[in-house]
Amino acid sequence: MLWRRTTDWPTRGWTSAFEELERMRRQMDRLTEGITRSLWREPVAGVFPLMNITEDKDNYFVRAELPGLNANDLEISVAGDTLSISGERKVPVEDEKARYHRREREAGRFSRIVSLPAQIDAAKVEARCTDGVLTVTLPKAEAAKPKQIAVKAS
Amino acid sequence: MADTESKALQVKEKAEVTTPAEQTRPGVAFTPAVDIFETDKEITLLADMPGVKAGDLNIDLHENVLTLDGDVKAPEGATEMDVIREYRTGKYYRQFTLSQVIDQTKINAELKDGVLRLNLPKVEQAMPRKITVKSA
Repeated sequence: MLWRRTTDWPTRGWTSAFEELERMRRQMDRLTEGITRSLWREPVAGVFPLMNITEDKDNYFVRAELPGLNANDLEISVAGDTLSISGERKVPVEDEKARYHRREREAGRFSRIVSLPAQIDAAKVEARCTDGVLTVTLPKAEAAKPKQIAVKAS
Repeated sequence: MADTESKALQVKEKAEVTTPAEQTRPGVAFTPAVDIFETDKEITLLADMPGVKAGDLNIDLHENVLTLDGDVKAPEGATEMDVIREYRTGKYYRQFTLSQVIDQTKINAELKDGVLRLNLPKVEQAMPRKITVKSA
């Protein structure tokens, strides 16, 4: 405490100036943190393709946007509660002499495995690809379905 | 092109439109990824618009401004509940200014598996013509 008082006293003005800077820095940190958090609002796995998974009483639905791919380009398999999707997106070579103005569409291989929250009935899984959106319907296994329990009046 | 085929695809988040044009309908709009290339005869545009049906896609060419406007209906059923949501759905919107004069009557658009292929043929006079010099 003594040390602090002696150093504090002659340079009082400076210390408060640094304190002010420090306070501003902390506020800036909080601001930038807020921005990055709002950008990463969605829990992104970082693996292509991005998936939306929904459920209803009987099924899980896994959807992914795969423009330009059809059923033949995809390999889908199910085991237990995991679903794996892999394939390759090809962007065919156009006219050799063509001059490109924009080239944003990407080609390449992809593979992704997701675990679903419950066991699924592998035999009844269906996959459909319409308008570049893949929808995999995974019926829940009997054991995983919610059950109504009737309360017996005694 | 050969080297890109074995490359692993990286996740790319959909880019939201930051257009000065005001929205008249609620919901987010995304910029579709496009390839545009040009040959002597035509300009071809390929756009990734997953989820857009042919009937919901509007293509408009007005005074050299090409507008792509694709509506996407939410694919989820009414009884479905979210488990995890990694991407958002919404309409696609993008505008281009074309420098070449396009023959409007011969424009051809095709939408397959969520990819739009738009052929914009140039008008005859805009095509480069080779002039043979005759020796007198």
